[in-house]
Amino acid sequence: MGHPKELLVTDGKSPDAASSGKAKKSNPNDPQWADGLRQLYDSVVDEPLPDSFKDLLSKLDGEAK
Amino acid sequence: MSESKRTASEQADFKRELTEVVPHLRAFARGLCGRPDMADDLVQEALMKAWAAQERFEPGTSMRAWTFVILRNAYLTDMRRNRFRGEYDEGVAERILTAPAGQEEPVHLSDMHRALLTLPPERREALLLVGAGGFSYEEAANICGCAVGTIKSRVGRARSALNAMLESGDIPNRSLDDATAHRAILEELDNVAAGNGIAAAS
Repeated sequence: MGHPKELLVTDGKSPDAASSGKAKKSNPNDPQWADGLRQLYDSVVDEPLPDSFKDLLSKLDGEAK
Repeated sequence: MSESKRTASEQADFKRELTEVVPHLRAFARGLCGRPDMADDLVQEALMKAWAAQERFEPGTSMRAWTFVILRNAYLTDMRRNRFRGEYDEGVAERILTAPAGQEEPVHLSDMHRALLTLPPERREALLLVGAGGFSYEEAANICGCAVGTIKSRVGRARSALNAMLESGDIPNRSLDDATAHRAILEELDNVAAGNGIAAAS
């Protein structure tokens, strides 16, 4: 599932600058917030799963029996 | 909904795939409602609903898209019940957002998130799905039960609004519980419920 490149780019900027991962210090028109958006998302994805979810998932299994 | 009982192995596959998407559900939920604790409550609710509805999941299709629809509906239902009224906590959001190590400009990132939370929900959601979740416009349209053009337009408007806010540094401290702000998204929920969304269709 590809990440739509055009989303990460402000008009006239190179796609590479936007998708290179590291946000650089730059003017406010820079699409760095687009990168930040993914960082926000990814930072939650990368969090260790709280025990409450492990508990819930194992409980679901139990119900199925 | 148990017209075709799944085999044990199919059920194990479902469980495994469901487990795999939990981190994504948490990320999407947090983007939607802003508060980590409430976001996790939503995800738990969505997981139980997904488990109960597992016969409707078509193996081989995207578990992430399927569960996002369920999560989204749970969010909107709770929104209707005003569960999120006045619950957004700036302090919590700031702490969360400055947490990631190696972030060069935590202030900008937190500004970005605050700006994101001021967007009308349907635009915020569209931007989250496409810009953060990496869904295609088509996939996002299926999740939201609306036209592809509508998603494109929402993403475009969301981007413009964020650009404007972040450029000027003027991020309105707008309430997230404005009922009118949710009108469009709630209409779409009806749309999904009426069978135009992928969850209802499968």
